[in-house]
Amino acid sequence: MAERELKKKTPTHRGDQEVEEEAVPASSEKSEKLKADLDDLLDEIDEVLEDNAEEFVRNYVQKGGE
Amino acid sequence: MAVSKVCGIETEYGIAVSGVKDANPITASSVLINAYINELQGNVGWDYVDETPGNDARGFSQESFPSSEVESHLVNAVLTNGARYYVDHAHPEYSSPECISPREAVIYDRAGEEVLRESMEAVKRAPSFGQEIVIYKNNSDRKGNSYGCHENYLMDRALSFSKIVKYLTPFFVTRQVVVGAGKVGSETAQKSKAEVPFQLSQRADFFEEEVGLETTLKRPIINTRDEPHADASKYRRLHVILGDANMSEVSSYLKVGTTSIVLSMIEDGYMDDLDLSLVNPVAALRQVSCDLTLSEPLRLQSGKTITALGIQRAIFERACEYGEKIGFGAVAPDDDGYAVLQLWGQVLDGLETDRFSLAGTLDWVAKYRLVTAYRDRNKLSWDDPKLAAIDLQYHDIRPNKSLFYRLGVKKLVEDNEVKNAVSQPPPETRAYFRGKCLELYGDYIAAANWDSMIFDLGADPLRRVPMMDPLKGSRKHVGKLLEECATPWQLLDSLGS
Repeated sequence: MAERELKKKTPTHRGDQEVEEEAVPASSEKSEKLKADLDDLLDEIDEVLEDNAEEFVRNYVQKGGE
Repeated sequence: MAVSKVCGIETEYGIAVSGVKDANPITASSVLINAYINELQGNVGWDYVDETPGNDARGFSQESFPSSEVESHLVNAVLTNGARYYVDHAHPEYSSPECISPREAVIYDRAGEEVLRESMEAVKRAPSFGQEIVIYKNNSDRKGNSYGCHENYLMDRALSFSKIVKYLTPFFVTRQVVVGAGKVGSETAQKSKAEVPFQLSQRADFFEEEVGLETTLKRPIINTRDEPHADASKYRRLHVILGDANMSEVSSYLKVGTTSIVLSMIEDGYMDDLDLSLVNPVAALRQVSCDLTLSEPLRLQSGKTITALGIQRAIFERACEYGEKIGFGAVAPDDDGYAVLQLWGQVLDGLETDRFSLAGTLDWVAKYRLVTAYRDRNKLSWDDPKLAAIDLQYHDIRPNKSLFYRLGVKKLVEDNEVKNAVSQPPPETRAYFRGKCLELYGDYIAAANWDSMIFDLGADPLRRVPMMDPLKGSRKHVGKLLEECATPWQLLDSLGS
């Protein structure tokens, strides 16, 4: 509840309020859309994935950083 | 009163040369960055004089501490958006300019991705290298080698460091349930792959200490590097090495935003009676990362137990009170702190009830859902290299290859804001002065640093303009002056430098 009360208190917005409200999908419509997107991606993923997954993973060697 | 949480994100990117197994990463990183800056006007070098990465916030100094910045002098550029773009060890690193809010930090982190993407394209246009360089925004090669995504926050020097450690540690151990980037498998000897099919964080495997100065060995949850790049009598720069590089803008936003809120609360004494000290923070960090149920209890020094989500919820509730009574003026000059709080609450609700409702929002959930769906469909075991390949390719930043971009994850900032941020500095910090000077007088700038600019006006000795306050040098302070000065001589005379 506290965050709702806070929301009422915020007088000005740059337009990102809408973005926040949408950022976590609540509607089943949105979940359906995501699921459909995922199905599409699963259909095409083998074409996008590096040709030889095993070799790709093995050859991806980095030096430590920081 | 908490000081303004000026912040920034530094990202070391993974680098590979397409089709070349043992490519030299230092050469590849240099080629990449040179290709980019050669296409831009001018190339201003970095000034190392004031770099003191060996200074410890606990009050001592290791003079022989190896300065990574000094070790790899190879390519080092300052961009007109105020960022630093250079070869750090064996990686290209983009250090964002100083930002005034979490949302702005996300915009400038995304601008960094654009810089790296443009650099890959620039390598293709400069045919001398002959191979494609591929960049990954992740933190590990899955073989035990890790590279960082560090955050920096401006802090009040008056606050004791022990207080930061006490109140920040439980938050840091548990924030990965919200902002982890996800990883297939484990890279520690203690856990077999079968025990850890997937974990929340890229980085948890690599942390061995609670507090310390190291960044490459025995990494600590709280890093004590005391190199404020500002007036050390007033400020501290909290250097955070724990986090994952995020692809999701929302994850990135919550990473910086919730941390800014917690740091403000610590500075204002608002956490003083919220003791969530863990019995073993390092073990808890790894436990939380590997707990996909999000429900394992963690032992507190008080004798109680609590889940990671419980700790996040307790701190969130304290933040709600703080927002009402004190406000989030230190997090951002506008209402960004309130927007962070609201989103934080929504995400905790989602994690508590149906985490897959966040598959279009948070990195680790998006990746976890993708690999589990692919695994189920193809009936693969968890150690199948295809799942590891999906993990890596989630972080590929090429639009046609990145799996992240194909997942349709929620965006938070506008493309035109990111595009603008590739060349224009944030207006409300000293990055504005740095970036604009480079744009206007690049030919006359001998070197730049976080806290100074060095001008070379020919016959005169080099002239240094100090910038010891991250909040001065903003558009409000110097915008008019920069407009009025037609030459760098006029500018320096006006500044009295």
